[in-house]
Parts: sequence; C-alpha cells; structure tokens
Amino acid sequence: MTAVAHTSTKAHHAPMSFWRKYIFSTDHKIIGIQFLFVSLFFLLVGGLLAMQIRWQLGFPGKPLPGGGILPESMVSGGVILPEYYIQLVTMHGTFMVFFAIMPLLVGVYANFLIPLKIGTHDMAFPRINMWSFWLALLAGLIMLAGFFVPDGAPRAGWTMYAPLSARPDLSGATISQKLWSISIVVLGLSSVMGSVNYITTIINHRAPGMTWFRMPLSVWALFITAILAVLALPVLQGAAIMLLFDQTLGTHFFDPGAGGQPLLWQHLFWFFGHPEVYILILPAMGMASDIIANGSRKPIFGYHSMVFAIIGIAFLGWLVWGHHMFMSGMNPTLGSTFMVSTLLIAVPSAIKVFNWLGTMWRGNLRFHVPMLNAIGFVSMFTIGGLSGIFMAATPVDIPLHDTQFIVAHLHYVLFGGSLFALFAAIPYWYPKMFGRMMSERIGKVHFYLTFVFYNMTFFPMHIIGMGGQMRRIYDPTIYDFLKPQQPLNRFISYSAFALFAVQFLFLFNFLWSLKRGKKAPQNPWEDNGMEWSLPNPAPHGNWDKTPNVYRGPYEFSAPEAGDKDYLPQYVKLPTDRDPVPAPLPAGGH
Amino acid sequence: MQTTTMTDAMRPPVPAEPGAGVYSNKLGMWVFLASDVMFFTALIGSYIVLRFGMGSSWARPAAVLNVPLTGLNTFLLICSSVSMVKAYAAIADGKKYFLRKVPGKTLQDGGLKFWLLITIICGAGFVGVQVFEYIKLVGHGFTPSGYREGSLLAEHALADPVKYGAGVAGMYGSTFFTMTGFHGFHVTCGVISMLYLYFTKVLPEKYSPQDYRGIEVIGLYWHFVDLVWIILFTIVYLI
Amino acid sequence: MRWWLPDAGSTFAGPIDALFLAILIITGIALVVVEVGLVTFVIKYRARPGRKAFYTHGSTRAEVIWTAIPAVTMVALGLISNHYWVLMKDKKSIPPNAYHVGVHAKQFEWQVTYPGADGKLGTGDDFTVRNQLHVTVNEPIAVELSAEDVIHSFFVPEFRVKQDAVPGMHITAWFQATKTGEFEIGCAELCGMGHYKMRGRVFVHTPDEYKAWMAQQAAGGTE
Repeated sequence: MTAVAHTSTKAHHAPMSFWRKYIFSTDHKIIGIQFLFVSLFFLLVGGLLAMQIRWQLGFPGKPLPGGGILPESMVSGGVILPEYYIQLVTMHGTFMVFFAIMPLLVGVYANFLIPLKIGTHDMAFPRINMWSFWLALLAGLIMLAGFFVPDGAPRAGWTMYAPLSARPDLSGATISQKLWSISIVVLGLSSVMGSVNYITTIINHRAPGMTWFRMPLSVWALFITAILAVLALPVLQGAAIMLLFDQTLGTHFFDPGAGGQPLLWQHLFWFFGHPEVYILILPAMGMASDIIANGSRKPIFGYHSMVFAIIGIAFLGWLVWGHHMFMSGMNPTLGSTFMVSTLLIAVPSAIKVFNWLGTMWRGNLRFHVPMLNAIGFVSMFTIGGLSGIFMAATPVDIPLHDTQFIVAHLHYVLFGGSLFALFAAIPYWYPKMFGRMMSERIGKVHFYLTFVFYNMTFFPMHIIGMGGQMRRIYDPTIYDFLKPQQPLNRFISYSAFALFAVQFLFLFNFLWSLKRGKKAPQNPWEDNGMEWSLPNPAPHGNWDKTPNVYRGPYEFSAPEAGDKDYLPQYVKLPTDRDPVPAPLPAGGH
Repeated sequence: MQTTTMTDAMRPPVPAEPGAGVYSNKLGMWVFLASDVMFFTALIGSYIVLRFGMGSSWARPAAVLNVPLTGLNTFLLICSSVSMVKAYAAIADGKKYFLRKVPGKTLQDGGLKFWLLITIICGAGFVGVQVFEYIKLVGHGFTPSGYREGSLLAEHALADPVKYGAGVAGMYGSTFFTMTGFHGFHVTCGVISMLYLYFTKVLPEKYSPQDYRGIEVIGLYWHFVDLVWIILFTIVYLI
Repeated sequence: MRWWLPDAGSTFAGPIDALFLAILIITGIALVVVEVGLVTFVIKYRARPGRKAFYTHGSTRAEVIWTAIPAVTMVALGLISNHYWVLMKDKKSIPPNAYHVGVHAKQFEWQVTYPGADGKLGTGDDFTVRNQLHVTVNEPIAVELSAEDVIHSFFVPEFRVKQDAVPGMHITAWFQATKTGEFEIGCAELCGMGHYKMRGRVFVHTPDEYKAWMAQQAAGGTE
C-alpha cells in the first residue's frame, strides 16, 4: 500500500484562542457539548410551557401562580387566556420536538459519539459541522422570538395545519407565524449539514477493522437516522416555504378558495413528520442498546436482527404517514393501506424490545444510573409502542384521534422513550465529555422519582382520552361528558408539577458535577467502545495514531476476556492480527 | 458520470476501512444532492398534484409564459453544463496545453480557467434572463397570487377563461414562481460558489490533476441544477 | 369519574368497543410478558460476586418466533379492522335510506341545515339551526360536512363518530343512534382561539318527537 500523507491524526494547530477552541470550534466533541447546553435550555423552556398547560387543564380559570409577570395579552388577571393557551400547546410541541429532543439525540450524540466510536479524529467536514450548530442555535432563537413579537407566538399546533396556519386573520398570529417558517428552513439546513457529515464520516472514515457489522448499535442508529433526516427535513422546508408564501406573497397553496388544498399541507407535513418521529427514537434505541449490553455484561442479543430492525423501521417509516390523517377526509381506501403499513411497523419495534430482554436474560446485571434509565426506557417505550396499535386499527382511531389518548401515546414514546434514553446517555458519556462523573446517588433518586411521577402524569391521560377529551382545548369542563374526568385532570397536573420539580435534581447534578463531580477513571463503565481507549475528557483530535479495531462492540463476558467481563474493541490479544487498511483503488476508479 | 482516479491527495490522510470508493467531498455532495432532490420533490410533487390531480384545467403555458425565450435559456444552461464537463476534463486529465500543443509550454490547468469562466458566464446569463422574464411577467400581471387585477393578463383571462385558466390562475402563479424561483436561487448559489472557487483556487492554480476535488464537486451540483431545470422546463413550460 | 369509553350510543359503538377491547387484551398480554420479564430478570440476574453472564450472541429461533407472532397478529388485526373501517367510512356504505343533514363548521359554531318537510337537502324548505343536531333514533343519519374557514372536526363521543370538516371539501359521515337523549358535539381539530368552546348538542328523538320538533321549526320556533 502506497504511503499515505501522514499517520498522525492530531490536527496541527497553533495554540488556539478561547473563542476558536470553545466557541467557534470545529471539534465534533465541542460542537456536541454546545448542542447539549443549548438543547437542555430548550428542554427547560418546553417544560415551563408544559407547566402552564397543566395548570390551565387542571384548574381552568384559576389564576396562574406568578402569572402576573406575563403581559395582559396572554394572561388576564392572572388567568391564562384561550389565545395564550393555544400558543402554549403549539410552542411546547415545537420546542420539544425541534429544539430539545432532536438536537439532544442527534446534535449532541451524533456529533460527539460517531468519530469516537468508529475510530477517527473528527467528522469529514468539520467547518460545515460547526455551521450546523450555529444555524440550529439561530433557528431556536428565531422561534423563541415568536413569544416577543406583536400578536404573540404561533398557535396552530406544532403540526401547523393549514388553512389556520396560513391565515393570520383566522389564527391571530402574524409575525411569529412567518418566523416559524424561517426558523424551520434554517433548522432544516442545520440538520442537512449535520447529516451530510454523519453519513460521509461513517461510510468513509471508519478505522481499520471497524467493519459495518462491528459498529455499535448507537452508530448504526445514528447513521440510519441521518439518512432519514437528510431526506425528510427538506420536505418540511418546502412545506414551510409554501406556508410562508401563502402569508407573504399571496400564493394559494393551501387556500381552497383559489384551488389550493388544505390536505396538501397535511400530506407534506406528515411525509416529513413520520420519519421525524423515527429520528426522535432510533438514536435513543441505539444508545440504550449500548448501555443495556454494558449493564448486562453480555453481548447484545441478536445484533444483526437489531441492525435490520433499525433499517426496517426506517424504511417502513416512509410508508405510514397517512396514519396521522385517518380522519382527515382522505380517501378511506388510502386509509386502509396506511393501516396495513402502520401495523407492520410494530413488528421491528417488537423485535427490538424482545432483543433487549434477551440481552438482560442470564446477564450479570449492574444497576448503574445509565442502566436504570435504559431499563426504564424499555419498559416505557413498550407501553408507548403498544398504545399506538389502538390508533393503527382505523375504526378504533375514530374515537381516539385528536384526544388525550394520542397525547399519552406520544409522551410515552418521546418522554418514556427518548428522554429516558437521554437520562441514560447523558451520565454515561459525561466522563468522556467533561472528565468527571455525575453523582450516582442523585442520579438514582432522580430516576426513581421521575419514573413514578412520569407514570402518574401520563398513564391517566389514556383514560381521559378514552373518555373523549379532545386535544388542545382550553377548558374541558364546559363539556358535560368531560366534567366527570376533571378529578383525573387535576391528579395529572399535580403529578406533572412534581415531575417537573424532580428534573431540577438532574439539572443540578449535571451542572454541579461539571466542577465537583468525581474525577473519572479512563473506562468507568468497563465498556468496549473505541472511545474508552482515550483519556477523559477526550483530547482534541482524539487519537495520535489511527487505532485498529479487533472485534465487535459487545464482547462482554467473552471467554477470551479471561477474568475480566469485558473486552474492548481496541484491545489486541496475542491471537489477533492487525487489520489491513483499504488499499488504493486499482487503476482509474 | 466520468470515473475518477482517487489519488493519494484525495484520500483521508489516515488509514481507513473501505468506504464508498469515492473521496469524502464527493460523497458528501451526493448526500447533499439527495436532500435537494427531496426539497424539489416537495415543490414539484405539490405542483403535479395540484395541477393534474385536481381536475380543473390550468392555463396553457404558452399563453402566459415566454416559451421560446426560456427555451433559449434552457439551451444556455445546457451549454454551461457542457463547459463544466470540459472544465473538469481539463483539470482531471492533466492536459498539458489548452486547444493545441505548444512545444515547450505547459498549462498547469489545461484550460480550466477558460472553461469554468464560460460556465460562470452562462450560469449568470441564465439567471439574468430569468430575472428579465420575471419582470416582464409581473408587468403583464402574472404574480405569485395570480393575475393582478386590471392587468393585461387579467383582461385576457376574462375574454378567454379556458386558455388562461382563469379560475386557478392563483395556483398557477403560486407554483410557477415558487418552483422556478427556488431553482433560480440554486443556480445563483452555484454561480457564487464557482466565482468563489475561481478567485481563490482556480486563478492561483491551486488545482492539479492530483487534486481537483472542488471542481468535481461543484460540477456535480451544477449538473443536478441543470437536470432539475430540464424537468421543470418540461412540466411547466411545455406541457 | 369515568374510567372507560363513553356509553355506547350508536351501532358503531359495539364493533369499535369490541375491537378496542380485543386490542387491549392483545397489547395487555404483550405488556405483561415484557414487564414481568423485565422485573424477573432484574431480580434474578442481578450481579453477584462470582457470577458471570452467559455469553451468547442470540438465537435465530427466538428471532423467528418473536417476529412471526407479532406479524401474524398484526395482519389479523388489520383484516378485521378493515372490514369495519369500510363499513363506517366508505361512501358506498352509507345506507341509501339515510336521512341527510348538512353540518357546516365555522369558527366557532356548527350550522346544521335540515331538509325540511320534503326530506331533501338543498331544496327551498331547508332551514338552519345553530349548534343543535336533532335526529331520530334507530335511523341512519348522513351528515354532510363542510367548513367555512379552517379545518374543524365533527366529533360525538357516544356515537363513536369523528370526521374532519375541511374547507373546499364535501365529506359525508354517517351513524345510527341507538338510544334517545341529549349528547354533545366537540370540535376535534384545533381551529383557533374558540376551538374549546365549539360545543354543539345532539338530540336523539323518537320518530314522534322528531316529527313534533320539525313541525315546531316549520311554525317558526327556534327550540
């Protein structure tokens, strides 16, 4: 093999200023950490909005504690106004989906983990990667501005159905609705830039020996997620632009009076929207797999099936978007076809749950905080996935569509699923990011309290939905058929307040440990991933010399490991041979 | 698409598992182009559904749009794709001198400067013609929201509603300006990128037969933009 | 405090509730299997000194079993569901003798148009009432939905009826009420500030009561 330019992977920099090193950094790890801080901020914003929603639903018409600080256009005499309430539900969903969960899973962990776990020094395009972060931040700030402009924030739901979203005269939101479209276009650019990096890096920059089927499931999941993102976000951008033009240029895409189609918005939005929800769960599943294998001290059960399940979920995910539109007036025959595809997508998800169980079966389980949260993820995601089956059966969707049952379902998969997986991932890779450990004790208290209050908050929502409470309504008590359920609404609200309060334990743990956490040993979880061959925190450029990879990612309790119960991918045993790097392509290709 | 020799200079500077078999910049551009395909699919797909799926008949394109002028413009864009191919060939094949052999003289870039400049001029020309076309259309009364009241086209539409698709002129305007506008935006971005490369890399002769990644990558983008236009021209101007 | 679906009020409720229950049982079994499995493993396989995990990469047989069973179950569920879906939503399933009523949704009310004495919608004796849908029990009712401004959704929980009303579209939803009484209409698609108070009422009458109400309307009453 002809000599390559140089074997050192360390970027040769002159000493960098604080700004180049930590603010305008092209280092994938710093970019990941930047995403982490910004996304946690937006998670907090989303939570604050949720608290106000729960206040109004639990105690309609009662003045909001601290409501005095809000302007009269939102809160009158301390009581949340209907026009503010629908801004709350809209922006809670918007911030949580676009600026909290998606960037926490992808912006943080795709950036931080991919080069580390495949054994390379950075992403393929570090400067484009940097832009990806700054554009995401810009998009978040534009969206936040919606609360502060005249007429307030958008209020057509995070799903922005037209014509309501296209007609400021009918919704009441003027400037902020246009800002929404601009924010989405900018966010889409950020997502695409990131995904181009993730995909190219994984395909072309794996270290010698890191074959496709030796990649950890977290990387597989992030890879497939990036493909989903690169293909789905542009469709949303197109839809957002059409919406913007309907409001500003006088176009008529969604205006039935001039030949436009309200349902066009729904098709475009959900064609993006369904792959988007798989973007929101696949990385969580991938990271949970890594952590469960580690906590069980066993290889992942059915690694190949897990990979094919990820691919299957992603592929089928393009074919189910109409299940959000069963009641929309779409041709019922189309509804039948979407029902079939939707029921089928339950299968690969089930495969994954069974394989996680199989991983824990006959393991030697260690219940560190990440493992606790990962087990919580499996148990909660199962509920969320199973509750989806009710809606997939179209006749049953008739009473359940657009009720709190859907709200329960989506929170079980997004909070019970994605967020619990994040509560596992954040302490797990914290030592790699910051060189310290988060407190195990606080982490355990946080897990148990969150688990209990979480179920107290969201499980009863299934019942309220069955009873018929519609989504996004300001005051359920004006309906006779909903009045009997109000005690349960109050119970949910109290549980939600407690749930929110408990999250400050996590926030405190996260921030306090930055400076006062126990200094982390190099491989605190006794894990097998490539990243644990590096010091904590991982240095700029990662490895001096490209590492070699000698085995798969989950060789826990392998016989070759001897008296240890783990065998990292980077450890060379006497029986191992060095992998041969790819030769130069022969003549002309 | 011409195949490339992945030279040492184009590989990542570290050993790696066999990947796509193409260097990363090119792979990255392919991935980006996949995202752009989806963007145009959203716009063009909506247009097709709104126009052909909805039953009501739209205006005959020739009644509203200047098809011959745009046909010429299409030809110009295709020419720019040809000159782009020639620019790529010039630097990739390492031609020693442009146009004809001159003993004792070699060109580092084999004519890259010339051909890329032609591409830029043709691309800018395309945008210029499109801007001119837009101004004329708006002047006649064709806007994103339909036929402007009191305009020439509005009068025509009153006289002959079928030929001018009077009832759905709003949809026609909406889709026409959005699709061609974003395409024009993509062309403009391509021209700006080429200008940037021209001044920072091509004129100082930074490209060589061993490393011409920027040219190949912008070439891919340019051919994509051309392909989108051929589709747009067909389904917006001809059909 | 209600803990279940609303009381059945239409012919759709039987099949839908039965399907709901069937899904509840199936998913319930799956849930119990998973959660009991988790709890069992958490207790049985917790780390103890001297123990080692069982080193295995999986079992193809297990994969086949837990792929096949969910797949077969889902296919069966789909086939059964589709039968009822077609019955409830397909245009061709609307009974030919259905009594047609027009419901025009707008921010923030339901305008209900009745066919009047001649029983035909779209004729001169039609009349419109706000937020009140009067129907006869045990008679198929076809609701011809339209929307004025934005998307609304006609929802009567006891009837298990829900259908979006979309501006520019004419959509027919049908049902057959099985008991007399008064029920509520809720709007099930966010339609603006007043979405929450877009409440209507459904009055299900005996045939005689309905005739009486009709006569009253003809005489100019607005009850």
